[in-house]
Amino acid sequence: MTSARAFLRRILGAVAIWLFVSVFAFALGSLAPGDPAQMILLRRNGEAPSAVDVRALRTELGLDQPPVRRYVRWLTAAVRGDFGTSFRTGQPVFAELRTRLVASLLLAAAATMVSFIIALPVALLSAARRGLVTDHVVRVAALVGVSTPGYLVAYALILIFAVWFRVLPAAGGGGMRHVLLPALTLGLVSAAGLSRLLRATLLDELNAEYMRTARAKGVSTWSAIVRHALRNALNPVVTVSALRFGRVLSEAVIIETVFAWPGVGLAAVAAISDRDYPAIQGFMLLVATVFIMINLLVDLSYGAVDPRMRLGALPMERA
Amino acid sequence: MTRHSVTNRSMWTGVAIIAALVCAALGAPWLAPYDPRLIDPARAFAPPSVRFLLGTDDLGRDILSRLLYGARWSLGLVSVATLLVLSVGVSVGALAGYLGGVVDDVLMRIVDALLAVPSLLLALAIIGMVGPGLTGMMLGLSSIWWVGYARVVRGLVLALRERPFVDAARALGVSHTAIVSRHILPSVLPAVAVLASLEMGELVLAISGLSFLGLGAQPPTPEWGTMLSDARVHFFDAPRLVLLPGLAVMLTVLGFNLVGDGLRDALEPEQASKLRGVGT
Repeated sequence: MTSARAFLRRILGAVAIWLFVSVFAFALGSLAPGDPAQMILLRRNGEAPSAVDVRALRTELGLDQPPVRRYVRWLTAAVRGDFGTSFRTGQPVFAELRTRLVASLLLAAAATMVSFIIALPVALLSAARRGLVTDHVVRVAALVGVSTPGYLVAYALILIFAVWFRVLPAAGGGGMRHVLLPALTLGLVSAAGLSRLLRATLLDELNAEYMRTARAKGVSTWSAIVRHALRNALNPVVTVSALRFGRVLSEAVIIETVFAWPGVGLAAVAAISDRDYPAIQGFMLLVATVFIMINLLVDLSYGAVDPRMRLGALPMERA
Repeated sequence: MTRHSVTNRSMWTGVAIIAALVCAALGAPWLAPYDPRLIDPARAFAPPSVRFLLGTDDLGRDILSRLLYGARWSLGLVSVATLLVLSVGVSVGALAGYLGGVVDDVLMRIVDALLAVPSLLLALAIIGMVGPGLTGMMLGLSSIWWVGYARVVRGLVLALRERPFVDAARALGVSHTAIVSRHILPSVLPAVAVLASLEMGELVLAISGLSFLGLGAQPPTPEWGTMLSDARVHFFDAPRLVLLPGLAVMLTVLGFNLVGDGLRDALEPEQASKLRGVGT
């Protein structure tokens, strides 16, 4: 397959998945019990609305139209940045989600960086010393790490940095100081899983024939690792790290709640507790779009840089 | 040899942890020193002592008793969730792998799409529709979490379908249903068991996380995530109210992961390769 066709296939695949997710998000809102018009009026007036008012609003919102037409209308409006009006706040959903998405992405990016900085050296050390004490310690630590719930790490860090040493704020959004603890928490949680994946990736390279050749011609172990293995492993390593971004985003929902970080996760939890369907649909479509786009970009750049593993040779993982 | 014995040892540690938790769950009425729901403001925030081994919470309830009863909730919920996702995942995977063709295409497209978006986010969206609470959480998790099983089972069934024994069974006039259920699925079981133990850890994390967010079990249920969420406002006065349930969750997940890792290493390489990257 030529690379132009492979590119096109990737893009079409991403669009198909995006459409599927949009149908899913829309269907959830439509299948949900309760009449949106009734809910909006109830919140607006604080009392049970009359049947006439409900019918008028249903017509105004287009709720009396067939589902397919409503879906198309919803999606085209969403693409233009109109996700409808929140039941809860009465404000446009998109305006709120946009600023919150920026906060979430900032947090997730910082956390991804932290996890990479921790996981890469650790995985390298572990893979190079395979079967030795260092490796065992790292593997046990990583296993404990992937078994630890994010909120436990969060509270442990709050206890250390905000209560004992009083150097960082325990909660809130805004300054750079506020992002440190949540980013460190998310980064640590993610680093455990990442280091396990990276160790496996690096081991594949360390066992490759070219490593034996390098060693045989007298290159020292570390030099062989840095010059040869690491270079070959870089592509899968970057991909794995980038693909874990989605996992970081999901974990962020919980971490944002602990630290009251004003991201999409915090908004989503509030929307779900209040059954604010337009906000839930908007949240889902927006986060899915970001996630699918990141995956696509990683995919495309990966295929472009390393033609060897163009189609699906990555370790499978639930994001 | 050494590697194997290390694996064995860690796997048995995991088995011991899970066994202890099962004992705690089953024996809670006898093991727990107090009624987990007994409120007594007079003894609120009691520090750990001989009378209250782990102290009491903001309402004077004994934390140890609540943690022991909490094991029932955590293990119970994860068992139900696992049974649900297993039945859906294995059926879909077997159907897709055995029938192939259009059925396979359609089912696998759905699986791919569901895998392309973080599972927790999809589960959140469903909980948003059904409404927060136990029903919503279980529905949300079980309608999303089966995709991993479906994919693994489909791959294994696809390979087994081509084996001569399937042709032989067909020639003998065995029905398709019987071939799948009696001849193919038993061979798939070991891999499914490994996957299940790895995924159970993930599910425990998801269940306690959702309850922590107030979207799953509701107070005053002594579910660990709910206990933790309940205690958040008192974190600065009594951090142990938050940390202890968190540690209980961690121990449970660690147990499942140790068992899963150990079982995976014991699996035949052909089946193990299908599980690469799962549960990390």
